[in-house]
Amino acid sequence: MSFVLLWLAVGVLGGLGAIARFLLDALVSANTGARFPLGTLLVNASGAFALGVLVGVALQGDAYLLAGTAVIGSYTTFSTWMLESHRLAEDGRRRLLAANVALSLVLGVGAAALGRLIGGG
Amino acid sequence: MERSVKSERRSVSERRRVSSPHLDRQELAAIFAGGFIGALARAALAQSLVARSYEWPWATFAVNLLGAALLGYFITRLQERLPPSLYRRAFLGTGICGALTTFSTVMVETVEMIEGAHVGLAVAYAAASIAGGLAAVFLTTKLVRRAGLRV
Repeated sequence: MSFVLLWLAVGVLGGLGAIARFLLDALVSANTGARFPLGTLLVNASGAFALGVLVGVALQGDAYLLAGTAVIGSYTTFSTWMLESHRLAEDGRRRLLAANVALSLVLGVGAAALGRLIGGG
Repeated sequence: MERSVKSERRSVSERRRVSSPHLDRQELAAIFAGGFIGALARAALAQSLVARSYEWPWATFAVNLLGAALLGYFITRLQERLPPSLYRRAFLGTGICGALTTFSTVMVETVEMIEGAHVGLAVAYAAASIAGGLAAVFLTTKLVRRAGLRV
Protein backbone atom coordinates (compact mmCIF):
# COMPACT_ATOMS: atom_id res chain seq x y z
CA MET A 1 0.00 0.00 0.00
CA SER A 2 1.41 3.36 -0.95
CA PHE A 3 2.23 5.90 1.73
CA VAL A 4 -0.49 8.34 0.67
CA LEU A 5 -3.15 5.65 0.40
CA LEU A 6 -2.23 4.21 3.79
CA TRP A 7 -2.54 7.56 5.56
CA LEU A 8 -5.69 8.44 3.65
CA ALA A 9 -7.14 5.17 4.96
CA VAL A 10 -6.03 6.09 8.51
CA GLY A 11 -8.00 9.33 8.22
CA VAL A 12 -11.10 7.74 6.69
CA LEU A 13 -11.17 4.89 9.21
CA GLY A 14 -10.57 7.38 12.03
CA GLY A 15 -13.55 9.41 10.81
CA LEU A 16 -15.72 6.28 10.73
CA GLY A 17 -14.58 5.33 14.23
CA ALA A 18 -15.64 8.78 15.47
CA ILE A 19 -19.06 8.39 13.83
CA ALA A 20 -19.51 4.94 15.40
CA ARG A 21 -18.71 6.45 18.82
CA PHE A 22 -21.19 9.27 18.28
CA LEU A 23 -23.96 6.88 17.19
CA LEU A 24 -23.55 4.43 20.06
CA ASP A 25 -23.30 7.27 22.59
CA ALA A 26 -26.42 8.95 21.15
CA LEU A 27 -28.32 5.66 21.18
CA VAL A 28 -27.38 4.95 24.81
CA SER A 29 -28.01 8.55 25.89
CA ALA A 30 -31.45 8.53 24.27
CA ASN A 31 -32.41 5.51 26.30
CA THR A 32 -30.90 6.27 29.70
CA GLY A 33 -30.89 9.11 32.19
CA ALA A 34 -28.62 12.03 31.40
CA ARG A 35 -26.91 12.10 34.79
CA PHE A 36 -24.37 9.36 34.32
CA PRO A 37 -22.36 9.31 31.05
CA LEU A 38 -23.08 5.65 30.33
CA GLY A 39 -22.66 6.04 26.56
CA THR A 40 -18.98 6.99 26.79
CA LEU A 41 -18.39 4.20 29.30
CA LEU A 42 -19.86 1.57 26.97
CA VAL A 43 -17.98 2.94 23.97
CA ASN A 44 -14.70 2.94 25.85
CA ALA A 45 -15.11 -0.49 27.47
CA SER A 46 -16.12 -2.13 24.19
CA GLY A 47 -13.23 -0.42 22.38
CA ALA A 48 -10.74 -1.50 25.04
CA PHE A 49 -11.96 -5.08 24.58
CA ALA A 50 -11.66 -4.88 20.79
CA LEU A 51 -8.15 -3.41 20.92
CA GLY A 52 -7.21 -6.11 23.44
CA VAL A 53 -8.30 -8.77 20.94
CA LEU A 54 -6.18 -7.18 18.18
CA VAL A 55 -3.14 -7.14 20.47
CA GLY A 56 -3.95 -10.72 21.54
CA VAL A 57 -3.92 -11.98 17.95
CA ALA A 58 -0.63 -10.09 17.54
CA LEU A 59 -1.84 -7.85 14.73
CA GLN A 60 1.11 -5.73 13.64
CA GLY A 61 2.35 -3.18 11.15
CA ASP A 62 -0.10 -1.52 8.78
CA ALA A 63 -2.94 -3.85 9.79
CA TYR A 64 -2.67 -2.72 13.40
CA LEU A 65 -2.30 0.91 12.35
CA LEU A 66 -5.57 0.71 10.38
CA ALA A 67 -7.75 -1.54 12.56
CA GLY A 68 -6.30 -0.61 15.95
CA THR A 69 -4.83 2.89 15.94
CA ALA A 70 -7.20 4.38 13.35
CA VAL A 71 -10.58 2.67 13.90
CA ILE A 72 -10.60 1.67 17.56
CA GLY A 73 -8.35 4.50 18.66
CA SER A 74 -10.83 7.03 17.24
CA TYR A 75 -13.86 5.05 18.39
CA THR A 76 -12.77 5.34 22.02
CA THR A 77 -12.14 8.70 23.61
CA PHE A 78 -10.19 9.97 26.55
CA SER A 79 -11.11 13.66 26.30
CA THR A 80 -14.88 13.13 26.63
CA TRP A 81 -14.33 10.82 29.60
CA MET A 82 -12.35 13.59 31.30
CA LEU A 83 -14.76 16.38 30.34
CA GLU A 84 -17.79 14.47 31.59
CA SER A 85 -15.95 13.63 34.83
CA HIS A 86 -14.97 17.26 35.30
CA ARG A 87 -18.57 18.40 34.77
CA LEU A 88 -19.82 15.85 37.32
CA ALA A 89 -17.30 17.27 39.80
CA GLU A 90 -18.46 20.81 39.04
CA ASP A 91 -22.06 19.81 39.67
CA GLY A 92 -21.03 18.44 43.06
CA ARG A 93 -21.89 14.88 42.06
CA ARG A 94 -18.88 13.34 43.73
CA ARG A 95 -20.21 9.80 43.81
CA LEU A 96 -20.99 9.85 40.11
CA LEU A 97 -17.55 11.35 39.43
CA ALA A 98 -15.84 8.61 41.44
CA ALA A 99 -18.01 5.97 39.78
CA ASN A 100 -17.27 7.32 36.30
CA VAL A 101 -13.51 7.38 36.85
CA ALA A 102 -13.29 4.05 38.70
CA LEU A 103 -15.75 2.09 36.53
CA SER A 104 -14.11 3.22 33.30
CA LEU A 105 -10.69 2.28 34.61
CA VAL A 106 -11.69 -1.10 36.05
CA LEU A 107 -13.92 -2.08 33.11
CA GLY A 108 -11.38 -0.74 30.62
CA VAL A 109 -8.41 -2.64 32.04
CA GLY A 110 -10.59 -5.74 32.55
CA ALA A 111 -11.98 -5.58 29.00
CA ALA A 112 -8.54 -5.04 27.44
CA ALA A 113 -7.09 -7.94 29.46
CA LEU A 114 -10.03 -10.21 28.55
CA GLY A 115 -9.79 -9.29 24.87
CA ARG A 116 -6.07 -9.95 24.88
CA LEU A 117 -6.68 -13.35 26.52
CA ILE A 118 -9.40 -14.30 24.03
CA GLY A 119 -7.18 -13.18 21.17
CA GLY A 120 -4.55 -15.59 22.47
CA GLY A 121 -2.00 -13.10 23.85
CA MET B 1 -22.94 14.71 24.89
CA GLU B 2 -24.60 18.09 25.30
CA ARG B 3 -27.59 18.02 27.59
CA SER B 4 -29.89 20.00 25.33
CA VAL B 5 -29.16 17.70 22.39
CA LYS B 6 -29.90 14.72 24.58
CA SER B 7 -33.20 16.04 25.83
CA GLU B 8 -34.21 16.99 22.30
CA ARG B 9 -33.57 13.47 21.19
CA ARG B 10 -35.47 12.05 24.12
CA SER B 11 -38.54 14.12 23.44
CA VAL B 12 -38.53 13.41 19.72
CA SER B 13 -38.45 9.68 20.18
CA GLU B 14 -39.95 9.13 23.60
CA ARG B 15 -42.97 7.26 22.30
CA ARG B 16 -40.86 4.44 20.94
CA ARG B 17 -39.74 1.69 23.30
CA VAL B 18 -36.11 1.83 22.23
CA SER B 19 -35.34 5.34 21.12
CA SER B 20 -33.12 5.81 18.12
CA PRO B 21 -31.45 9.19 17.89
CA HIS B 22 -32.26 11.60 15.11
CA LEU B 23 -29.50 11.65 12.51
CA ASP B 24 -28.28 14.82 10.89
CA ARG B 25 -26.11 14.22 7.82
CA GLN B 26 -24.20 17.46 8.19
CA GLU B 27 -23.51 16.68 11.82
CA LEU B 28 -22.19 13.24 10.83
CA ALA B 29 -20.07 14.83 8.09
CA ALA B 30 -18.60 17.27 10.63
CA ILE B 31 -17.78 14.39 12.99
CA PHE B 32 -16.19 12.46 10.13
CA ALA B 33 -14.03 15.42 9.07
CA GLY B 34 -12.91 16.06 12.65
CA GLY B 35 -12.30 12.37 13.24
CA PHE B 36 -10.19 12.22 10.08
CA ILE B 37 -7.91 15.02 11.34
CA GLY B 38 -7.75 13.81 14.94
CA ALA B 39 -6.95 10.22 13.97
CA LEU B 40 -4.23 11.31 11.53
CA ALA B 41 -2.51 13.46 14.14
CA ARG B 42 -2.64 10.75 16.81
CA ALA B 43 -1.56 7.96 14.45
CA ALA B 44 1.36 10.01 13.10
CA LEU B 45 2.63 10.69 16.62
CA ALA B 46 2.06 7.05 17.67
CA GLN B 47 4.07 5.82 14.66
CA SER B 48 6.99 8.13 15.35
CA LEU B 49 7.12 7.62 19.13
CA VAL B 50 6.76 3.90 19.82
CA ALA B 51 6.91 2.92 23.50
CA ARG B 52 7.73 -0.55 24.84
CA SER B 53 5.89 -1.94 27.86
CA TYR B 54 8.57 -0.71 30.28
CA GLU B 55 8.57 2.82 28.86
CA TRP B 56 6.28 5.77 29.45
CA PRO B 57 3.86 6.00 26.45
CA TRP B 58 4.60 9.64 25.65
CA ALA B 59 2.67 9.70 22.38
CA THR B 60 -0.61 8.53 23.95
CA PHE B 61 -0.05 10.61 27.07
CA ALA B 62 0.60 13.77 25.06
CA VAL B 63 -2.40 13.48 22.69
CA ASN B 64 -4.71 12.65 25.58
CA LEU B 65 -3.71 15.63 27.70
CA LEU B 66 -3.71 17.95 24.69
CA GLY B 67 -7.11 16.64 23.55
CA ALA B 68 -8.62 16.98 27.04
CA ALA B 69 -7.34 20.57 27.28
CA LEU B 70 -8.74 21.42 23.83
CA LEU B 71 -12.10 19.80 24.57
CA GLY B 72 -12.47 21.74 27.82
CA TYR B 73 -11.67 24.91 25.91
CA PHE B 74 -13.97 24.25 22.93
CA ILE B 75 -16.97 22.95 24.87
CA THR B 76 -16.89 25.67 27.52
CA ARG B 77 -16.66 28.31 24.81
CA LEU B 78 -19.42 26.73 22.75
CA GLN B 79 -21.73 26.26 25.73
CA GLU B 80 -21.08 29.48 27.59
CA ARG B 81 -19.53 32.01 25.24
CA LEU B 82 -20.82 31.44 21.73
CA PRO B 83 -24.24 31.00 20.11
CA PRO B 84 -25.20 27.30 19.96
CA SER B 85 -23.70 25.49 16.99
CA LEU B 86 -24.21 21.78 16.54
CA TYR B 87 -21.63 21.52 13.76
CA ARG B 88 -18.78 23.25 15.55
CA ARG B 89 -19.30 20.98 18.50
CA ALA B 90 -19.47 17.94 16.22
CA PHE B 91 -16.33 18.91 14.29
CA LEU B 92 -14.15 20.24 17.11
CA GLY B 93 -15.39 18.20 20.06
CA THR B 94 -16.77 14.84 18.93
CA GLY B 95 -14.58 14.74 15.84
CA ILE B 96 -11.14 16.26 16.47
CA CYS B 97 -10.79 15.96 20.25
CA GLY B 98 -12.64 12.63 20.38
CA ALA B 99 -10.42 11.03 17.76
CA LEU B 100 -7.20 12.78 18.79
CA THR B 101 -7.53 11.17 22.21
CA THR B 102 -7.91 7.48 22.89
CA PHE B 103 -9.04 5.40 25.81
CA SER B 104 -8.50 1.93 24.38
CA THR B 105 -4.77 2.46 23.82
CA VAL B 106 -4.30 3.63 27.42
CA MET B 107 -6.02 0.48 28.65
CA VAL B 108 -4.02 -1.86 26.43
CA GLU B 109 -0.77 -0.09 27.37
CA THR B 110 -1.68 -0.43 31.05
CA VAL B 111 -2.44 -4.15 30.64
CA GLU B 112 0.85 -4.66 28.80
CA MET B 113 2.74 -2.93 31.63
CA ILE B 114 1.05 -5.17 34.21
CA GLU B 115 1.76 -8.27 32.09
CA GLY B 116 5.38 -7.23 31.86
CA ALA B 117 5.50 -6.95 35.69
CA HIS B 118 5.83 -3.15 35.54
CA VAL B 119 2.94 -2.64 37.93
CA GLY B 120 4.33 0.60 39.38
CA LEU B 121 4.59 2.08 35.91
CA ALA B 122 1.03 0.95 35.10
CA VAL B 123 -0.37 2.59 38.24
CA ALA B 124 1.63 5.78 37.66
CA TYR B 125 0.57 5.96 34.01
CA ALA B 126 -3.14 5.45 34.71
CA ALA B 127 -3.08 7.89 37.63
CA ALA B 128 -1.11 10.54 35.73
CA SER B 129 -3.41 10.24 32.72
CA ILE B 130 -6.56 10.71 34.83
CA ALA B 131 -5.13 13.46 37.05
CA GLY B 132 -3.54 15.21 34.06
CA GLY B 133 -6.68 14.92 31.96
CA LEU B 134 -8.92 16.33 34.69
CA ALA B 135 -6.45 19.12 35.40
CA ALA B 136 -6.28 19.98 31.70
CA VAL B 137 -10.08 20.26 31.42
CA PHE B 138 -10.21 22.24 34.67
CA LEU B 139 -7.57 24.73 33.51
CA THR B 140 -8.95 25.44 30.04
CA THR B 141 -12.51 25.67 31.40
CA LYS B 142 -11.31 28.23 33.93
CA LEU B 143 -9.33 30.08 31.28
CA VAL B 144 -12.40 30.51 29.06
CA ARG B 145 -14.57 31.66 31.97
CA ARG B 146 -11.95 34.07 33.30
CA ALA B 147 -11.05 35.63 30.01
CA GLY B 148 -14.63 35.93 28.81
CA LEU B 149 -13.36 35.13 25.36
CA ARG B 150 -15.49 36.11 22.41
CA VAL B 151 -15.43 34.57 18.94
